[in-house]
Amino acid sequence: MKRFALISIPYFWLLALFLVPFLIVLKISLSDTELSIPPYTPQLDLAQGWAGVKEWWAALDMENFVWLTEDDLYWKAYLSSLKIAITSTILTLIVGYPIAYGMTRAPDEWRPTLMMLVILPFWTSFLIRVYSWKSILSNEGLLNQLLMNLGLISDPLVILNTNTAVYIGIVYTYLPFMVLPIYSALERLDESLLEAAEDLGCSRITAFWLVTMPLSKQGIIAGSFLVFIPAMGEYVIPALLGGSQTLMIGKVLFEEFFANRDWPVASAVAVVLLLILIIPIVLFQKNEEKQREAGK
Amino acid sequence: MSDAATALAPVFAPWNDPAAEPIIQFKNVTKRYGDFTAIDNQTIDIYPQEFFALLGPSGCGKTTMMRMLGGFETVTEGTITIDGQDMSAVPPNKRAVNMMFQSYALFPHLSVAENIAFGLKRDKMPKDQVEARVEEMLSLVQLNKFAARKPHQISGGQRQRVALARSLAKAPKLLLLDEPLGALDKKLRQDTQFELMDIQEQTGTTFVIVTHDQEEAMTVASRIAVMDHGKIIQVDTPAKIYEEPGSVYVADFIGDVNLIEGNVTKSGDDHATISWASGQQDLIGIAHDEIPTGTRATLAVRPEKVNISTERPEGMTNVIHGKVHDIAYLGNMSTYVIETPSGQLIKAQAANTRRIARRAITWEQEVWLSFTDTAGVVLTS
Repeated sequence: MKRFALISIPYFWLLALFLVPFLIVLKISLSDTELSIPPYTPQLDLAQGWAGVKEWWAALDMENFVWLTEDDLYWKAYLSSLKIAITSTILTLIVGYPIAYGMTRAPDEWRPTLMMLVILPFWTSFLIRVYSWKSILSNEGLLNQLLMNLGLISDPLVILNTNTAVYIGIVYTYLPFMVLPIYSALERLDESLLEAAEDLGCSRITAFWLVTMPLSKQGIIAGSFLVFIPAMGEYVIPALLGGSQTLMIGKVLFEEFFANRDWPVASAVAVVLLLILIIPIVLFQKNEEKQREAGK
Repeated sequence: MSDAATALAPVFAPWNDPAAEPIIQFKNVTKRYGDFTAIDNQTIDIYPQEFFALLGPSGCGKTTMMRMLGGFETVTEGTITIDGQDMSAVPPNKRAVNMMFQSYALFPHLSVAENIAFGLKRDKMPKDQVEARVEEMLSLVQLNKFAARKPHQISGGQRQRVALARSLAKAPKLLLLDEPLGALDKKLRQDTQFELMDIQEQTGTTFVIVTHDQEEAMTVASRIAVMDHGKIIQVDTPAKIYEEPGSVYVADFIGDVNLIEGNVTKSGDDHATISWASGQQDLIGIAHDEIPTGTRATLAVRPEKVNISTERPEGMTNVIHGKVHDIAYLGNMSTYVIETPSGQLIKAQAANTRRIARRAITWEQEVWLSFTDTAGVVLTS
């Protein structure tokens, strides 16, 4: 009984804060838009009893989902988001892996400081940090001023309001999510494994590919999902740093909700986004489980 | 060892043969870490097919010696040669030396067979040959059934054997073993010691083993180098190290020993006499070099070489009088601790050939200890 009470807490939490809101969104996605408060119909009228429920049920349809397939804006936005999320995950991995590797190679007394430096940006609001990139990347920004003063370029580079700025923003923001799991995988790596590999005829580089890489695989997978999943639905970064041509599903979602006030279509967009993300989320969970088993 | 004895039974002792070529030579090797001198100007030769043990307490430099052989540490001064070739510029992956790590260092993401094949594949050996060699190695360590298992799915003793098979797979000229049996329990350790010796004989590889366990070194090694504070104190066969230690440190480090301090009264003819306590007769032991009279010296004698009797023995060179302070019953034998009138404690061991009830010696009894003039050695350092 006590055990049941204990495990019921997380289940209740999931039910109240995930499943119920999701069912509400799902319901809205099956509704029609209307100028009212809330701005959709049908509303469930329990005062009418069973007949009311029947009427409510009959009014729900898949119209919005059909609409998503008819207007090419949506699938283009999904594809573009997917592309941006995958590219920025790879970029984050390329930047993050050497950082994590360097941290594990650093002298012991340096590690807490380095760890601190990785986590430190979280102490400032995410919004402010992304916003400050505007002043770095703009045409008159710090970066262009620096490069022009150094005489490396004569005309300012146009970075802000392009996809490049979005990539920079995502890599910067999600870097710690990539670094930390890789670091924890590399830190567990026994130094003598590399010596054994060298002893058996590997050069340092082959030892890295044959031993270090495979043994940090779980960290790479975990880090990649931690970056990919939020990057897929990212709104703030493309909104602040991206330009009009930057098409991401998060932005579409925001516009449907707040500019068009079309809650049903917006909900349909959100439901599809979740369905797309379920695959990587499940894969991520599997990886975590594997890691826990390997750790035993 | 006389030439006649060598001719009768060919004994493996290349270190006594001036024509033998050493496989490993340390020449005035020094290793420093900053101010700390880990290895202090050491010169030593190791011969092919030897099972050479580096023995010493932790921090004595034995692991550093081995890691320099493997190429994992650089030499600060001096040279190390393997097969006559200077090793200073040769990285670990280019040496015909393999190492069995203390932690075994098995690759956790690879199966037992893949671990063993790892080094062979690096040599670009054809696939069928790799498979044949892996199979051969698995048979050598009797692990054929476990080829597909991952290291975490087998026991500690099996992991140890996989590590051994992996390090032998490339048929190295020299195999380094870093505390190879340290992680095993006592029973398994003893079995494995004999297995190691068998495998060493079968493969004919030169083994260099690092250990802090003197029993292990005594069991497996053809020669032992006893180390302390970055220096090799003595290099000899296990029997010589035990019977004729060159210094008090070695005598005390290996096995149980009585150390009796006194002044040398007479020396020469391979023996020395020390006077050690008033009222006790002088003691004679082996001393190959002449020691000046009056020098402070220590007679080291093993407890099992000391006889104990209730009456004064006749015709024995060395006799000590005292009374029984303590008796430790060990089953097959008993250790008696005798206190002399001057308060020194001396141990004697006797086999328990009679039942305990019929044993003659008991606590506080007056007894005489005796041993021959070749039982102990007189040491000046």
